[in-house]
Order: sequence, then C-alpha cells, then structure tokens
Amino acid sequence: MQALYAQLLVGLINGSFYALLSLGLAVIFGMLNIINFAHGALYMMGAFCAYFLLNLLNIGYWPALILAPIAVGIFGMILERTMLQWLSGLDHLYGLLLTFGMALIIQGVFQNYFGSSGLPYSIPDALKGGMNLGFMYLPIYRGWVVIFSLVVCLATWYLIERTRLGANLRAATENPTLVRAFGINVPRMITLTYGLGVGLAALAGVLSAPINQVRPLMGADLIIVVFAVVVIGGMGSIMGSIVTGFALGVIEGLTKYFYPEASNTVVFVLMVLVLLVKPSGLTGRAN
Amino acid sequence: MADSKLTEATTASKPVAAPGAGAPVLSVQNLQAWYGESHILHGIDFNVKAGEVVTLLGRNGAGKTTTLKSVMGIIGKRTGSILFDDKEIIRATSDKIARMGIAFCPEERGIFASLDVRENLLLPPVVRSGGLSLDQIFDLFPNLKERLNSQGTKLSGGEQQMLAIARILRTGARFLMLDEPTEGLAPVIIQQIGHTIARLKSEGFTILLVEQNFRFASTVADRYYIVEHGKVIDGFANSELAANMDKLHTYLGV
Repeated sequence: MQALYAQLLVGLINGSFYALLSLGLAVIFGMLNIINFAHGALYMMGAFCAYFLLNLLNIGYWPALILAPIAVGIFGMILERTMLQWLSGLDHLYGLLLTFGMALIIQGVFQNYFGSSGLPYSIPDALKGGMNLGFMYLPIYRGWVVIFSLVVCLATWYLIERTRLGANLRAATENPTLVRAFGINVPRMITLTYGLGVGLAALAGVLSAPINQVRPLMGADLIIVVFAVVVIGGMGSIMGSIVTGFALGVIEGLTKYFYPEASNTVVFVLMVLVLLVKPSGLTGRAN
Repeated sequence: MADSKLTEATTASKPVAAPGAGAPVLSVQNLQAWYGESHILHGIDFNVKAGEVVTLLGRNGAGKTTTLKSVMGIIGKRTGSILFDDKEIIRATSDKIARMGIAFCPEERGIFASLDVRENLLLPPVVRSGGLSLDQIFDLFPNLKERLNSQGTKLSGGEQQMLAIARILRTGARFLMLDEPTEGLAPVIIQQIGHTIARLKSEGFTILLVEQNFRFASTVADRYYIVEHGKVIDGFANSELAANMDKLHTYLGV
C-alpha cells in the first residue's frame, strides 16, 4: 500500500505541472488562437531563472517564485509584441511553426551554454524534510507543490470566470473587434494574456527545479505529455484543463503501480480513445 | 417618476441643444472603404448635428453598415475624412474612437455567450461621465433586471437588442450608432425600441441609425440620407418626406 500512495503522490505532482502548463496553454489559445509550442521552453526558462537568481544574485526560492514568472512573462510579452502579434488572423499552423521554432532556438541556446545534464537546485529550508502521515511518508516540498499549484490554478480560474477583467478576456475571446470598439485596448490585453500564460509556465518551472533539477530539455520532455493532456481535456475550457491535468497525473501514477510497463504510454492511449469518441476533447467546444 | 429622474440625471451634465442646431458633431467627407480587396464605399458624404436622429436608408449591400463600421474604425482600410467633435478620426483605432464618445450597437447585436447579462451590461467601459446608471437602465428596460444572471445569448431576440442598446447607454457616450435595431423583432418590441429612441433623443443623445424598416425610421428620424452603391445619392429632412415619397420608392424598390 505504501508504494501505491507514493505513486499517487508522484502522480499528483506531475498532475500539478500538467495542470499549470495546460492551463497556460488554454488561456493563450483562447485569446491568441495560437498553440504555444514554446511553452516547454518557457517552463525551462522559469527554472533557469530561479537558478540564476540563486547563483548569480543570491536571491532564494521564495522571491524567485514571484520574480521568475514576472521575468519570463516579460520575455514572453516581448515575443508576442515582436513576432506572434503578426500572426493574428492566420491559420493555427503558422503559430505552431513559429512557436516550435522559438522553442528550438531557446532550448538550443541553453544547451550550448549548459549542456544536457542537470543543475542542482536545493529545496528551501522551510520546506525540507517530511511528515509521517501514518499511511505514508510525505516529503513536505512535494505536498507544497501540489497545494500551491492547486491554489494558483483555482485563482486563475476565478480571475477568468468571475471577475470584470476576466469578463473582458472572455468577451475578447469571442469577438475581439467588438470589444475593441467598446474602447478596450484589446492588443494590450492579448499581450498581457500571453504574459500570464507564460508566467504560469515559468512558475511551474520554478516549482519543478528542486524536484527535477534544472536542464535545458526539461520542458521538451514534459510538453509532449502536456499536449496530450490538452487534447484530452479540450482546448476551450479553463476548468477542464485544470481537472484534466491533475486527473491524468493521478491516472499515470496509478498505472505506475498497477501496470508499470504502460505508465509512459497511458496518457497517449487515453488521447487516442478520446480523439476517437470526442474529437474536441472532454470539455472542449466543437469548432 | 422614473422619467423625470432619468431626464434630470442625463441632462444635468449637458444642456440639450435643439435638434439640428449648430455645427455637425459628425462630418463625413469622401469616405471610401475596403473589405480586403473589394472596394465597398466609393465616397460617402453626410453629417450629423447635435441632438439629431439621422437615418441611413438604402437597399441591402448598399454600404450602410460599412459606413457605420468605418466611423467606428473597424474596417481595415478607409480613406477620406471623418470629423468627430472637430477631430479627424479616419486613422484612429476603434478603441480610441470609442473613448472619444462614439458607441456602436452592431446589426448582429454582439451579445456575448460566455458572459451573463450583468457582465454583458458592464462590459463596455465608461468613457466619460453622464452615462445612465444601472437603475435608469432598468427603468428603460425592466426585462433586463429580471434576467441579470442568465447567459447573454439565452435572452429572446428582443431582450438581446435591448441589452445591446442598454450597455452602450452606460458608457457616457452621447453619439450612438444603431445598426438595424428592429431587424427580426416582433411589432410590439419594435414599438418599445421606437419609444426608447424617442426618449434618448429627448435626452439629447445624437443618433445615427441604419434601417431597412422605413416605416419605423420615419417615426424617429429628423433627416435621411440615401445610400446606393457605396455613395450617398440623396438626403432630405423628415418634413420633406411627403414630397420625396416617389423618389424614395424608386431608391428603395418598395
């Protein structure tokens, strides 16, 4: 049983990263109509940003949790202003190609300087150690990642579905021309939305740094699974991407316990099944 | 009671000029516009004075809607001159134009499905003071108050039209452009929208209206312009309507 709980926890942690990343992808897709293939590279940049802050400026984990998403978010907004904005109105394929190219360049640059091996990033003192819950041993940092990710995901959901700003976002997703004709600066809103989605990816990167080490290709490996998550959940829905992210992490964890051979493929098998039955995804709107 | 409160609140900020008096608020000269490669407007000239209701008439595809959209700045390529409050807006983006005090109610109404009625109503930002308060809006459109938490597109066609008008009254814009507000609506709703427009006019709003329903337009308009093949080919005041009836039948083919 211990092993089952341990795998469930691993699943929840992976699910946290899936949820944060697929949420960012959903937010970006809604506003920009772009499938952001650079998402994994930006996640990696978040982790590296935390690493640089610590080793160059001696700024620790807690400030990095805020500073890294802001810094990478600003980098993302520059990408949007200088490149992505020119793709509005074109087919998805162009955005996909451009962001895929960006990902290759960003990852290539980091690989050139840091190779492919991992750089260590230690767990902050306050979150070191673990708790014995009776039925299992819980490393505190891992518990923190799950809870903090959940809080961030729900806060993002609240922002988009329940606030005035979120109403502007949803309206601009539906009909940007009319929203702009009401006097709302839609291009600025699009830039900020991309920054928000990128910031979520960078935040996931910082959270992941103490667990998975900091590597130039850490995002490239993860993003493949995240895209499968997005396909299963459907691109349209905010809550859908959160729930699907966590659920698939857990399913993956359970598979590792019950049938380890399939643990790397279970998400993709599910993706195929969902595509066969409901091509727009579990929560997606047909389009 | 409700009427007097509305009058008080909206006229206090700006005295009502007599309709048609003074310089034009909107003055359009040689406006040309393109949708992609196709040249839609070939030189539109007209003006709207403070407090007037001006109606653009014409057949389907004549360029009336495109004219409104060009004034609003949501047609990509446009040339000529559009003066609003003596400022040139032909090159301005639509968010800037809205901020200057022009509000647009599109033909397809543009109610957002992912927003509830309250969010739809509160979506357009207030661009200047003097807009209607929510209470005044509910006086004008009591139906909306009952349905605040419904999804925007769950409303009936008439309610959606009222919502589309109501939300731009909140913004403080004094120049309203309404594109076919009666299209597809039941006579009793059309009557209600007619009363609303008459009331807005008496409050000093300036209204540029596009209508296919000439009978409806004649109940609210001060002046008419006839649009054909992307040009304004004629114009006359409501008082000259009877004398122009024959011409009008030819223009509109009714």
